[in-house]
Amino acid sequence: MGIVTVSIVRFGGSNCDRDAERALDHLGIDAEIVWHEDGLPAETSGIVLPGGFSYGDYLRAGAMAARSPILNEVREAAIEGTPVLGVCNGAQIGCESGLTEGAFTTNESARFQCEHVSLRVERADTPWTAAYDEGEVIQVPIAHGEGRYEIDDDRLETLEAEDRVLFRYCDEDGETSPEANPNGSKHDVAGVLGDRETVAVLMPHPERATLPDIGPTDGQGILRGFETA
Amino acid sequence: MTAYTATVTVRLKHGVLDPEAETTKQALERLGFELEDLRSADRFEVDLEADDADAARERADEMAERLLANPTIHDYDVEVDAR
Repeated sequence: MGIVTVSIVRFGGSNCDRDAERALDHLGIDAEIVWHEDGLPAETSGIVLPGGFSYGDYLRAGAMAARSPILNEVREAAIEGTPVLGVCNGAQIGCESGLTEGAFTTNESARFQCEHVSLRVERADTPWTAAYDEGEVIQVPIAHGEGRYEIDDDRLETLEAEDRVLFRYCDEDGETSPEANPNGSKHDVAGVLGDRETVAVLMPHPERATLPDIGPTDGQGILRGFETA
Repeated sequence: MTAYTATVTVRLKHGVLDPEAETTKQALERLGFELEDLRSADRFEVDLEADDADAARERADEMAERLLANPTIHDYDVEVDAR
């Protein structure tokens, strides 16, 4: 490796930036945390929008960070093909900034939920899912209060027709159901692709399912997307 | 230039689930109130100066479009009053 330098964008209130750095480091992927006001380093060849509570979730989760100047740089890099991964608050920022469609809003339970969930890999032909088989079920934790995926019905139809749903919540056998959907997300959507397959956001935390010391490592394949993208 | 207050009300689109409003409704029922439904909304009062009410409204409208509301899940309306 060593060729890929992933910039992990830290905002005030980010709290999964160091987790992402450690997880990428464990996989041998060069990564550094970048303070949002400093802009993206020239050598950036991948971008993580990490989890946390940027700007204290003021107005809406991700709303403020999505309108900070560095997001203009992130959007430009994404258009040029730089891989961008938004996790949890990073996924909320991704949707608020228009990198991806839809919105992540208040869980159906109206509560913060921290638990292990099963995800079904809907496509295996993207950088983020090349390590898996289509239909494979992986275990990755969630930790969010605003993770319910919401989008207009016709836009969801288009998203599905374009095969841009990357992960769905499911049970251990890969079946979707209201019981296996932790937050009430429309059509069980847990993660989606942007205009390009190199841009993805998801509410579950792959960086918390990467280090062998802390449990399952099913999230490694998602982070390895930075090598394959 | 005239001083205006633009009041921007942001609410969830019809049909978008509002778990907090549902929880609030249930709490009111536990207190013994009778009600059929409850909706919540965010209200922003923006003090600004503009040439006329239309210009004030237009600016507040753009604020709603670009930040105060998320068009994916929200509708909004703007009212303008001279201060």
